[in-house]
Amino acid sequence: MTWEIVIGLEVHTQLSTNTKIFSGASTAFGAEPNTQADAVSIALPGVLPVLNKGAVERAIKFGLAVGAHIAPRSVFARKNYFYPDLPKGYQISQFDLPVVGQGALTIQVEPLSGNAKPYEKIVRITRAHLEEDAGKSVHGSTQSMTGIDLNRAGTPLLEIVSEPDMSSAAEAVAYAKTLHSLVRWIGICDGNMQEGSFRCDVNVSVRRPGEPLGTRREIKNLNSFKFMQQAIDYEVQWQIDTLESGGKIQQATILFNPDTGETKSMRSKEDAHDYRYFPDPDLLPLDISEEWKEQVRATLPELPIDRKLRFMAQKDEEYRKQLRHDVTVAFNRVIYGLSEYDANLLVANKEVGDYLDACASIVGSSNAKLCANWILGEVSAQLNRDVLDMMQCPISAQQLGGMLMRIIDGTISNSGAKEVFRTMWTEGGEADAIIEAKGLKQVSDSGAIEKIVDDILAANAEKVAEYRSGKDKLFGFFVGAAMKASQGKANPAQLNDILKKKLTG
Amino acid sequence: MDENEIETARAQLSGIFTLIAEMQAVDTSGIEPMSHAQDLSQRLRSDVVTEANQREAFQAIAPQIEGGLYLVPQVIE
Repeated sequence: MTWEIVIGLEVHTQLSTNTKIFSGASTAFGAEPNTQADAVSIALPGVLPVLNKGAVERAIKFGLAVGAHIAPRSVFARKNYFYPDLPKGYQISQFDLPVVGQGALTIQVEPLSGNAKPYEKIVRITRAHLEEDAGKSVHGSTQSMTGIDLNRAGTPLLEIVSEPDMSSAAEAVAYAKTLHSLVRWIGICDGNMQEGSFRCDVNVSVRRPGEPLGTRREIKNLNSFKFMQQAIDYEVQWQIDTLESGGKIQQATILFNPDTGETKSMRSKEDAHDYRYFPDPDLLPLDISEEWKEQVRATLPELPIDRKLRFMAQKDEEYRKQLRHDVTVAFNRVIYGLSEYDANLLVANKEVGDYLDACASIVGSSNAKLCANWILGEVSAQLNRDVLDMMQCPISAQQLGGMLMRIIDGTISNSGAKEVFRTMWTEGGEADAIIEAKGLKQVSDSGAIEKIVDDILAANAEKVAEYRSGKDKLFGFFVGAAMKASQGKANPAQLNDILKKKLTG
Repeated sequence: MDENEIETARAQLSGIFTLIAEMQAVDTSGIEPMSHAQDLSQRLRSDVVTEANQREAFQAIAPQIEGGLYLVPQVIE
């Protein structure tokens, strides 16, 4: 009998504000300990929290991007627990009235096993709420003491909670990656996982098909997609083994150890906290007007899901009908008619699609496929080789577009273009200058090509006779010889035409 | 407490219990619970750094510090 896996995620995204959620202290990463811990961060008596507008704006942005309900009125609550890196003795969070309600995220799943095909899935988002981060404990510097750095205390977080809609490690990772891409795309979080800007808690349970949900265990604080997959795989197997050998699963919070690849219980349900949530009397309810919501909507960029539609659309009207987020701001809305495969790759991050748009604006949307091929081919390969991301690409979209224009108008061949590209990559410069300097201009003058072809045919009279008596394969030989004679500069299409004419003639 | 005080306290407590009973008898169905005693909405602050580093002043009153960290008895994870 098989087992069904049920996974839900809680993701803490650190919002990219300049200051903390309830005070004007800086949130810049890497400062000296406690130099960004102001009176509010260290909870001196008598201080009052004042909510950061930038944090709320980012929460609204996220809600709009996942098609969620934005609460016109939401409430901050105190979550009470004791730990030295939480100087107030409570965390300000949101409980029963969060700022963002139900939404959804469409994900592309790349199955991990064998030949299974990629597929699309919609993961429902339960809610997203604003809260403050805690400080950091530093262990081991002084004997029997723990050091506390409160720079991080009060950093704004948006906790995004999904429904238990994922049924494999591959789906959970696809969801986390899509969410990670989205929060960076809309500019609310820098997504730096090493610095803890994007932290995932994964709830895992297993059950027999058709039966009620099994008891879940929560894997805390995963900060890499690879660890997430390993942790889920291990945890699922552990739960199945436990149940099949007659054991029971106890609800628990667990940690993943990357060194051993195992998950281990941190605390069980019995010592789970009762957080005694109640509305924070220091903060009034947060009101978000329809007007403010619309102002924020106007700042949203074209979203991945809409961009994918646009890249694939063949007809303008159909594309406009399918648009999910009709944003009023003017952004590039030229359709390209690319394949779904290409479109998925081109919306994996915003910069790649921006680059395509910039490039296509030079060569025209009817040549977008050529741009896409170069971006997903040569450009991606070189970026990977040099360990660069799109932002650091040494060739601008304008430079690449300039070069593609010379392919389109027949000035250079594909192999000539690759040479131009290599030169641009290492030395910079514009295509026209490189073509000139390297003498890469194709010979498209039919008289000159005819002359070359005549010479080749005259010098290989025997082979010409063989060809004419039916040895078609020799055609390649003639193309090669003529190309060589032209030093690789003959326009291949023209050369083919002329050769064919003369050989049959 | 002397007899008089007991009597006063008894009367006061009874008053409080009567008030609780009265409040519990009110039909509140369909009324949205208040989350704050004042019916106002939260004021927002613009996202601009206004706080300077005051670590030295704050740590002057801390029982124990080291390398800029506040020290507390060891917390076992």
